[in-house]
Amino acid sequence: MIAGHLPILQVILPLIMAPIALIIRNSHAVWMLTLVVTWLTFSISLALLMQVLDTGDMAYRIGGWAAPWGIEYVVSKVAAFVLVIVSAIGSIVMTYARRSIEAEISEDRIYLFYTMFLLCLTGLLGIVITGDVFNLFVFLEVSSLSSYVMISLGRDRRALTAAYRYLIMGTIGATFYIIGVGLMYMMTGTLNMADLSVLIPSVAESSTIQTAMAFLTVGICLKLALFPLHLWLPNAYTYAPSVVTAFLAATATKVAVYILIQIIFTLFGDVNVLEGSGIQNMLMTLAIIALFVASTIAIFQDNMKRLFAYSSVAQIGYIILGLSFASQLGLAASIVHLFNHAIVKCAIFMGLGCIALRVGGVSIKNIYGLGYRMPWTMAAITISGLGLIGIPLTVGFVSKWYLVRAAFEQGMWLMAVLIVLSSLLAIVYVWRIVEAAYLKPIPEGIANINEAPLSMVLPLWFLALASIYFGVDATTTMNIALDSADTLLTGDLQ
Amino acid sequence: MNPEMTVLTSLTTPLIGALLIALSGRWPNLRETVTLITAATLFMLVASLYPIVMNGGRPSIVIGEMLPGLSIAFSVEPLGLLFAMIASFLWIINSLYSIGYMRANNEKNQTRFYVCFAIALASTIAIAFSANMLTLFAFYEALTLCTYPLVTHSETDKAKKGGRAYLGILLSTSIGFLFIAIVWTWLIAGNLNFTPGGVLEGKASDLVIGALFVLYIFGVGKAALMPVHRWLPAAMVAPTPVSALLHAVAVVKAGVFTIVKVVIYIFGFDFLSNTGTTNWLLYVSGFTILTASIIAIRQDNLKRRLAYSTISQLSYVVMATAILAPLSIVGAALHIAVHAFGKITLFFAAGSIYTASHKTEVSQLNGIGRHMPWTMAAFTVGAMSMIGIPPTAGFISKWYILHGAFDSGQVVAVVVVVVSTLLNAGYFLPIIYAAFFKKEKNIGNDNYGEAPIAIVIALSITAAATILLFFFPGLFIELIQKLI
Repeated sequence: MIAGHLPILQVILPLIMAPIALIIRNSHAVWMLTLVVTWLTFSISLALLMQVLDTGDMAYRIGGWAAPWGIEYVVSKVAAFVLVIVSAIGSIVMTYARRSIEAEISEDRIYLFYTMFLLCLTGLLGIVITGDVFNLFVFLEVSSLSSYVMISLGRDRRALTAAYRYLIMGTIGATFYIIGVGLMYMMTGTLNMADLSVLIPSVAESSTIQTAMAFLTVGICLKLALFPLHLWLPNAYTYAPSVVTAFLAATATKVAVYILIQIIFTLFGDVNVLEGSGIQNMLMTLAIIALFVASTIAIFQDNMKRLFAYSSVAQIGYIILGLSFASQLGLAASIVHLFNHAIVKCAIFMGLGCIALRVGGVSIKNIYGLGYRMPWTMAAITISGLGLIGIPLTVGFVSKWYLVRAAFEQGMWLMAVLIVLSSLLAIVYVWRIVEAAYLKPIPEGIANINEAPLSMVLPLWFLALASIYFGVDATTTMNIALDSADTLLTGDLQ
Repeated sequence: MNPEMTVLTSLTTPLIGALLIALSGRWPNLRETVTLITAATLFMLVASLYPIVMNGGRPSIVIGEMLPGLSIAFSVEPLGLLFAMIASFLWIINSLYSIGYMRANNEKNQTRFYVCFAIALASTIAIAFSANMLTLFAFYEALTLCTYPLVTHSETDKAKKGGRAYLGILLSTSIGFLFIAIVWTWLIAGNLNFTPGGVLEGKASDLVIGALFVLYIFGVGKAALMPVHRWLPAAMVAPTPVSALLHAVAVVKAGVFTIVKVVIYIFGFDFLSNTGTTNWLLYVSGFTILTASIIAIRQDNLKRRLAYSTISQLSYVVMATAILAPLSIVGAALHIAVHAFGKITLFFAAGSIYTASHKTEVSQLNGIGRHMPWTMAAFTVGAMSMIGIPPTAGFISKWYILHGAFDSGQVVAVVVVVVSTLLNAGYFLPIIYAAFFKKEKNIGNDNYGEAPIAIVIALSITAAATILLFFFPGLFIELIQKLI
């Protein structure tokens, strides 16, 4: 009986627990509660993924109201996959979080953080699972508002301005999205995605729908930080508490990408918005620029959180590039990179959290000689860094392999070369860190730095090993990605 | 143990060794024992595959599927076995040498050194036994990464700079060219397995094949073909045992091995000779042979001179492959073995000189032969092999290469071999002459004798092997003839 209600449980569980966390207030108890909730949502999402892989897409009507009147939740393969990414990252980050949060957020606000975390998780999961464009907007706002709060909890006062900037940009993005939804509703009279995908082709040529498409794309590109709409991201990632950065870097932008995929391949699935259109050119060009500009900026950063924030902007470029090919291989590369990059980037930011805890700063200067003081943390960061570069036997290689193949398949030789060249830039910024940690002498006066606590190092290593495991045996993730891409492109939503 | 099991064990032995070395790091004697036992075990395992491969067996294992349709798999064929045998045998000798060298020079972080060495050997064996291009590529990159800590071992600024050049050139060529070539091959042929006769025949136009060939050749930066050779002199900042085993044998041979492998099993021998897109390689490798030799003459630092000599000798293998005659392929494969023994002897001697007298420059070596007769005798043997003078092994491989070049009427190759022989003599003989016949310059600095016994034993063994190979090359030649 429960099994049939898993889709709603996935979202409602963290939602209900958020106010309870607010009532409990005791920071340790709240952490325990959040930990249990995140692992439960992870189990649910795994169960959903199994079910979907087994029996195909499933739809869930909330309150039994039939779509398009009621709100429908749709668990497709790609949705289940993204749900697993978000909830897995959520549960691992929570396992890691306690010590880091105690150190970085003042005691009286800790319960607030966990509450916001639960809400953010609700929002992100909701966005992925819902089959209704307006419901999606609601969840988008839930996740955004809670993440503004989480970012502003950072000790550094600049966290406030960073959060404020994100708030402004994020709100513009969400507003654009809702304008787009409004325009679509005007033309079709429905908010249900399946319904929209059927009705849109007949009115696709109207300028209203074209405008809607423009608003939707730009709005979501703001949320997913596609260059040059990424300006909110570096500061937000840099000044947020480490745990928040680790969680958001691995999930928030990924979910926004998922929305873009839904818009392009589901809502407008029968219209072929990409092929040979201005949108395709725009996405492709911006993605390529993002690869080079953001990676180059990353090379010159001294604050490592900012460095990897820019690296994230570049990685978003890869994801957008993949889907802009509008081919099975390209889309599959994007989908699998959602997963691969989430693992790698989450591990790196968690490693930086360990450093912040022990050393007190995450500037390059802070890690001189740290490879010998915090060997486990630095080794995990190095492994994840190799994943970022795309060294074979790590997850990054898998994404790169498919992305380059997709470019070749389209006959875009130059694109393949550019992808490869940009990944060379990653070597430079990763190796700056490796050199600092292993080849610089430990500065005078810093004597007592120990390895981070086990509760933080273990989850970190779990992700680092996962980044190798899913690089050595990528058949599971890749088959899901290829299948999802196929379903999205052939456009049969139920 | 069945052959498949042996293959798997020989891949895992150095890894287990690395783990045990790390665990026994606190007790140096135990740690070194572990290294030696691991090396000996590995060699015995690899050698036990010899009769099987000679009888036509190709023991294969599939570890797992990496990407849908692409596996991580290993299969032992003659060339790979040859490479693995050389690398694992020399690892034993090199470990012995390392013990003498690292202790006499009081090097830091010796545990890390031995651990990385063992991992490097694991990667080398994996490259040698790879059954497809993807597996080879994965371990090719692994070899680059696990040798980086060895290159930067001293952690000085100079080591850091050397490490940057090393990693920068090797990674950017492999990611920039080799990776693209592999993806492209997969797209054209749908198959990356090493297949006798190649996988590309009739699948693409000559133009595409030519472009692909360029990408492969320059993608394998480890072969140190000019202009992607600069990482090799840069890597000379490493401790000498690293230069000896890795940058004269394992890493560089992994490079030329990959090229030979690609030519034989990806493109296919006959297919390449029909398309005629490989002539340029003859000229590029010939140019590298001569230019590197000329540069070598001008190097005063002994290790750098040896490094440029390596660059030149590696291109012998590439050129012999590019001739595309059966005999020259035998010469190429044989030269992989022969050069390994000769060059490791030379590096051992250079390290021995450094350990005993702290001399690093060629100009300081006057009269050193009287202090270090064993070392310099071994050096002489190694140098003779590089030049190709009998009774050293270098003569045999050069013979095959020349023979192949004559047969296929490649006058350019013949001229290059002859001229480079003269050049080799030009940069090795003066050292030998100075060592034995010139008077020492500044007296008073001469209270040193031979290096520690472990070093002397090691270099004597490799020097003896260089001579033995001249008299008994059959072991290798018979194996290589299974290739063609």
